[in-house]
Amino acid sequence: MRAWFDLLLDPNVQWILLGCMLLGLGSGVIGSFAYLRKQSLMGDALSHAALPGVCIAFMLSGSKSIVLFLIGAAAAGLAATFGIGFITRHTRLKQDTALAIVLSLFFGVGIVLLTRIQHSGNGNQSGLDKFLFGQAATMVRADVIAMAAISLFLVGICALLFKQFKLLSFDPGFARGIGYPVAFLEQLLMFLIVIAVVVGVQAVGVVLMAALLITPAVSARYWTEKLGFMVALSGAFGAASGLIGTFVSAGGNNLPTGPLTVLAATAVFVLSVIAAPRRGLAAKWLMHAAARNRVNRERLARNVEQREELG
Amino acid sequence: MSTFWIILTGALVAATCGIAGCFLVLRRMAMVGDAISHSVLPGIVIAFLISGSRDSLLMLLGAAALGLVTVFLIQLFHQSGVQSDASIGVVFTALFAVGVILVSLYTRDIDLDLDCVLYGEIAYVPWDTLQWGGVDIGPKAVWGVGTALLLTAGVIAAFYKQFKICAFDPALAAAVGIPVALFHYLLMGLVSVSTVASFESVGAILVVGMLVIPPATAYLLTESLGRMIVYSVAIGCASSVLGYYVAVLLDASIAGSMISAAGALFLLALLFSPSHGVLFRKWRMKRMVQMQKQANEAMSA
Repeated sequence: MRAWFDLLLDPNVQWILLGCMLLGLGSGVIGSFAYLRKQSLMGDALSHAALPGVCIAFMLSGSKSIVLFLIGAAAAGLAATFGIGFITRHTRLKQDTALAIVLSLFFGVGIVLLTRIQHSGNGNQSGLDKFLFGQAATMVRADVIAMAAISLFLVGICALLFKQFKLLSFDPGFARGIGYPVAFLEQLLMFLIVIAVVVGVQAVGVVLMAALLITPAVSARYWTEKLGFMVALSGAFGAASGLIGTFVSAGGNNLPTGPLTVLAATAVFVLSVIAAPRRGLAAKWLMHAAARNRVNRERLARNVEQREELG
Repeated sequence: MSTFWIILTGALVAATCGIAGCFLVLRRMAMVGDAISHSVLPGIVIAFLISGSRDSLLMLLGAAALGLVTVFLIQLFHQSGVQSDASIGVVFTALFAVGVILVSLYTRDIDLDLDCVLYGEIAYVPWDTLQWGGVDIGPKAVWGVGTALLLTAGVIAAFYKQFKICAFDPALAAAVGIPVALFHYLLMGLVSVSTVASFESVGAILVVGMLVIPPATAYLLTESLGRMIVYSVAIGCASSVLGYYVAVLLDASIAGSMISAAGALFLLALLFSPSHGVLFRKWRMKRMVQMQKQANEAMSA
């Protein structure tokens, strides 16, 4: 306990915790729109697709700068979105197959590039394989600042365009009818997902980044019927998972951050499934029990009445 | 000789996945295949920790059980109101995270490391051989994957008609008295078994490429299920041969190259398939427009 408290006082750890918290916040907010637009697995495909982009950016520049990675991964993400759209539009393959093809193909190419970089003996490459599962402890302060700034930027855009995104999520036809640039907004949302993925790469890793986009949003959906509240709650759940995951990972047992963050988010999800009002299992069970009681009581009352009439 | 064993293992993996994958693609459950291939990881690790060896029946059973648990959980959450794609995402990331943590926790004590989990160790396959009566009878992996292939092919062949009807028209299948749910879980069990068998050679993440890309390519080339399975197996084998030589050439991951080769074959089919290729369809459309024009001119003349 004492050691953990000391850890909290370390300014380096404080920065990393703050960064991961903001990352969770940003991806939770974006993820709830993706969830409502039934595009949750798109986040999975885009996060896998980021790997070749990051590798190519590294091969071309030879440095591990987060801005270059952002550009590389964004390009790869756009290529992946285009590929998925092309396959579903021009063949009889359905969207899920297109997603799986693009996801595994991009990741396969990414692994080829990654192993190629590792075998090339470039001294600067160490730590690149941390991108698969994330290792928050290896981030330097500049990375953390960039991560925090971009996460805040994501949340800011979502706040500014909240009305537009809301309409886009529930009734894109109506949004088009009243003159919103729907195609542009859809692309923007996709691009925001790509940005969230890239920012999360160092902290959570490409393999499990999808969970930060999906799980908080699904958990938040259990608690409320209002979009504004759901987005805020999803952001809060994401932030909490980022905080807990990073804290345990930084605790010195050398576990990768990504899986721990995902487990924290899953714990929140399980809690939501059980304890959420109205939709949760406990609430449903209580409702059933109450209904059963009422029926039983009414039946009893009727029986008594009938008996009184007979007697 | 080691080249031969590596390619043979890759081809067996591709064949096993290609057969099961055809039904996944037809039933629009490709992402469920992705989910299963991720979430068998904790099953494998737990079975490994219990038995202490990499080639046990226990491992196969543990992974198959986890695969069925995954499918069950996805359906459970879906029925309680979560969208199906989101419930896939929640379940497999959680189980995969558990698996990665277990591997990281025990990685110092056992020979099952993260790299192997991720992209397989097909290059070391030839050295891990099986002895039988004092005679060297080939790598363990070949025997393991071969068994999985026989199991998959056997089950599919035995219930081919049932699987076919379930894939194309589940309502009809239910109406003629086929236990649809049973065959659903049987198929998922086969997918899990293929995943585990392929796990050592291509790794947990890339299995989905083997499960989906060759069947999707075959789907663009033919209209009959029987031929689709044969094509899918052939394409899978071709990409494993091609992938191996690309990997040698580039000095890179063999599993990754195999998936990239499969992807290249898919692109070829996407563009040049005689029946469903993008280019041929455009060409046919153009010819139709021209013929229409000629007919119109003939009419007006």
